[in-house]
Amino acid sequence: MSRNKYRIGILSMQGATEEHAGQLRDLGHEPILIKNKEMLENVDGLIIPGGESTAIWRLMKKNKLIEAVQQFAQLKKPIFGTCAGLVLLGKSQVETEEPVSLKLMDIKVKRNGFGRQKDSFEANLDVKGIKEAYPAVFIRAPYIESVGENVEVLAAYDNKIVAAREDNLLVAAFHPELTDDNRFLELFLSMVGEKSVLMI
Amino acid sequence: MTDRVTGTERVKRGMAQMQKGGVIMDVVNKEQAKIAEEAGAVAVMALEKVPSDIRAAGGVARMADVSIVEEVMEAVSIPVMAKVRIGHIVEARVLESLGVDYIDESEVLTPADDLFHLDKKPFTVPFVCGCRDLGEAARRIGEGASMLRTKGEPGTGNIVEAVRHLREVQSQVRRIVHMNEDELMTEAKNLGAPFEILLQIKEAGRLPVVNFAAGGVATPADAALMMELGADGVFVGSGIFKSKNPEKFARSIVEATTYYQDYQKIGELSKDLGEAMKGIDMKTLRPEDRMQDRSF
Repeated sequence: MSRNKYRIGILSMQGATEEHAGQLRDLGHEPILIKNKEMLENVDGLIIPGGESTAIWRLMKKNKLIEAVQQFAQLKKPIFGTCAGLVLLGKSQVETEEPVSLKLMDIKVKRNGFGRQKDSFEANLDVKGIKEAYPAVFIRAPYIESVGENVEVLAAYDNKIVAAREDNLLVAAFHPELTDDNRFLELFLSMVGEKSVLMI
Repeated sequence: MTDRVTGTERVKRGMAQMQKGGVIMDVVNKEQAKIAEEAGAVAVMALEKVPSDIRAAGGVARMADVSIVEEVMEAVSIPVMAKVRIGHIVEARVLESLGVDYIDESEVLTPADDLFHLDKKPFTVPFVCGCRDLGEAARRIGEGASMLRTKGEPGTGNIVEAVRHLREVQSQVRRIVHMNEDELMTEAKNLGAPFEILLQIKEAGRLPVVNFAAGGVATPADAALMMELGADGVFVGSGIFKSKNPEKFARSIVEATTYYQDYQKIGELSKDLGEAMKGIDMKTLRPEDRMQDRSF
């Protein structure tokens, strides 16, 4: 399945876009930096990268990308959110007056749940579907406080959910794009593979 | 599952990678911090005076009053940075203990040490440092800086030095990448740069840390220009809160940084902005007032 070459959009308002692009290229796929809604029409999947969720949100709002990404999700095309991307995909957030949320995935998110930069950390993580421990990099990371019934929990650290999947949506509180380990991205690409078979 | 490790090179550099393509704004109180966050800043730099006011005030410029830093940290959810004087170990440890997300060891403040920068590696908090050329950039990385910013000339609203410094660093990086490895040691000597850092640059094809542009950005077009020239993002100091309409300047500079090659959009963003900060011609600046020359 992963022999196929996919066109994967990376939402490029701000954040670690080039890191995702590099990993996709390493695996033989074509990254496309998405800045306008028209560009979403030609991609098989979308990555919402790490960055500052409030900054990304405001730029999306200003540039009509919120509805566009919601429509993309309704087409059942796969979306992978890392860190800020996880925050944005979640339906609700703990203790936030004005949630920055695409309201797509049935998870409740605690922004900066693991604390400020001084608490940013690396740890080896057991991830469902990945055989050996995954080197996870958490930066001012959120966690998932609770999930809906259709959400599959893929990883937890310190009893906090840090990776999950619901249908076409995949999220990680950590940053696979900051490591040389492509296994988490492969999980996403296999979802892209499943969905593109269904769509043909 | 092993225990967590904090303060690693990867989480320190990674934090800056999350800021890429964004705008970091100088703020002096919580009201300004909220305006910055609302406008889409990726971080704020909490300080007592913006650089143009530091210039006007003269005297010794130090780390901001701790209460200002705390006030800003409480007001916003985006990362908060703060400046320390070059070489001031204790100011840096104080800011670290407050929990600021990034420390700028900055030439905008009056240096505390006129020979040595901080040894930044033992800190958990990451550091950003200024540079005018690859020698400075590589020395700062060697000392443990996790992020760089080309210096420009702070508080002038004049982009010319920012352009010069970014072009210089970029062109020197390109030279290193195309050199043979046997030429690197002499180049290290000539640049005053650690050999190992140059080797890393050659192997990776780029700087090993994120490099923002700073020192003179005053308009959306200025910010887009720095992105066009290859900056990973921009710092805006006096340019926002010394303009006539800070909210609008802040929003427009953020958007121009993301859409730096969409010239029609930058045109729109530049409409009816009101007056930008008053700039300073470099020729009128006395040598002792040049902040960029304060480092070693």
